[in-house]
Amino acid sequence: MTALTDDTLPVSPRAIRDEMIVFVVMALLLASVPFSGIYPFFVMQALCFALLACAFNLLIGYGGLLSFGHAMFMGTAGYCSAHALKVWALPPELGILVGIAAAFVLSLVTGYISIRRQGIYFSMITLALSQLLYFIYLQAPFTHGEDGIQGIPQGHMFGVLDLSKPTVLYYVVLVGFLAGFLLIYRIINSPFGEVLKSIRENEPRAISLGYRTDQYKFLAFVLSGTLAGFAGALKVFVAQNASLTDVHWSMSGEVVLMTLVGGLGTIFGPVVGAFAIIAMQQYLAGFGQWVTVIQGSIFVICVLTFRRGVVGEFAHYFRRSL
Amino acid sequence: MQALFAQLLVGLINGSFYALLSLGLAVIFGMLNIINFAHGALYMMGAFVAYFLLNLGGINYWWALLFAPIIVGIFGMILERTMLQWLTGLDHLYGLLLTFGIALIVQGVFQNYFGSSGMPYAIPDQLKGGMNLGFMFLPIYRAWVVIFSLVVCIATWFLIEKTRLGAYLRAATENPTLVRAFGINVPRMITLTYGLGVGLAALAGVLSAPINQVRPLMGADLIIVVFAVVVIGGMGSIMGSIITGFALGVIEGLTKYFYPEASNTVVFVLMVLVLLVKPTGLTGRAA
Repeated sequence: MTALTDDTLPVSPRAIRDEMIVFVVMALLLASVPFSGIYPFFVMQALCFALLACAFNLLIGYGGLLSFGHAMFMGTAGYCSAHALKVWALPPELGILVGIAAAFVLSLVTGYISIRRQGIYFSMITLALSQLLYFIYLQAPFTHGEDGIQGIPQGHMFGVLDLSKPTVLYYVVLVGFLAGFLLIYRIINSPFGEVLKSIRENEPRAISLGYRTDQYKFLAFVLSGTLAGFAGALKVFVAQNASLTDVHWSMSGEVVLMTLVGGLGTIFGPVVGAFAIIAMQQYLAGFGQWVTVIQGSIFVICVLTFRRGVVGEFAHYFRRSL
Repeated sequence: MQALFAQLLVGLINGSFYALLSLGLAVIFGMLNIINFAHGALYMMGAFVAYFLLNLGGINYWWALLFAPIIVGIFGMILERTMLQWLTGLDHLYGLLLTFGIALIVQGVFQNYFGSSGMPYAIPDQLKGGMNLGFMFLPIYRAWVVIFSLVVCIATWFLIEKTRLGAYLRAATENPTLVRAFGINVPRMITLTYGLGVGLAALAGVLSAPINQVRPLMGADLIIVVFAVVVIGGMGSIMGSIITGFALGVIEGLTKYFYPEASNTVVFVLMVLVLLVKPTGLTGRAA
């Protein structure tokens, strides 16, 4: 397997300092959104997808595994959270936990099945598994088929935070995103993350060094799937529904696109990519079906001309790791 | 009983499409090392070209069977020359992403001009009607599809496994540099192979046009089932994809008769079961 990026910079104090500065700037910018006149709903939606893309990037950017069915974790967590909130009338924090738990169990099962095949076979298996789930959710009674689960109560988080107020909801989603992002950042810069990168660069060599690479990849898959589930659970509060579109394979394709545009294997790339794609969908909605064509063209252009993505090209130019 | 045989026939027909599509995927994967995500879109183009030929050019089904694969095949070769060839030596996943992008563009353009609803394509006069076999009624067109696909599959297998051209092809898959040193134009062979694989997809599209309607998204969901077929079969051999394609179509048909609720998912469930027992697929080589 050839390397995804040719510029793997070592983790140095300077790199960590750079990344922390960018992180603080990003957090401050996002925290100021409610005062800036930007439509907060748009940013909340983008934050959920950014977390999803970051979770996805943990798997492909650092483990070299292209999952083409990552929407299944978001969709499953969404359905389970929505069901827990609406039918079981659980408080928001427990509803989120139910969603995360569902994504965790699902990633254990799908990871066990798919991780034993490599390269594009892995992609095809994850795609097929997500399509299997799509048909199950289409027929299962609790998802209400084409209608989805609608009118989800937002409730009070921890009994005090009123999520029906847009600003409160915004900050809850933002804190969730930042927590997820930091967790992923921590994973990437841990010894586990280093082993993962070595598997991406040269799996036979990692095996010969004595690492049980299947176990590392499996763990990365479960972490990624569970975090994607967290994104899906948060999205339920933003959209107030859970529907089939979140499980459909075209959603998985969009997640891949976000990560690719931002930069595979960069820390901030998926965030930039998610915002870019969500903004594009928002402003190009009037073009109808042409949006698909535009997205396809972006795929083609990215793969043919700038494989490193926006953040990747930027980091490469300035010789920084971002 | 009638219904059982009818479902078996539907299964065989779907199996023909699975076989033709996974065969094309296998041929392309062998030479270009690319999983052609655009395969479903090109299958759809085959059906559309047949539709245009009939409605704009007055060219009938029989000529469409010949021309549509050629036209779509040329389109495929242009794609290969302008885009896919730049991916040589890169990670597999870029091929997947590029062809995925191409699929989105092609489907998007067709959706823009033709909406999402289907357009009918009439069965040619010579193949209308059916035969009463006593235990079931057999529409002639459906029998034709199954037999014709089988013939095409076997012809492709023969071309690749038994002829000199096929031998070059297999050799170039193993070691392109060496084959090039013998004076064989490997890049041209790669282009032609892509054209052949794409042509097989377009042929399947023409065959399916009178049965399923001609719709922009007709390939989009089919291709994922075909991927599952490929994972089960393992893409190890040409014959493997043909047999797995037909077999899974039949199994799907039987499921539709005995337990219709599972008919959409049976192929995926089978894939999971096969992978649990044999992670490399039925005839698979290591990826």
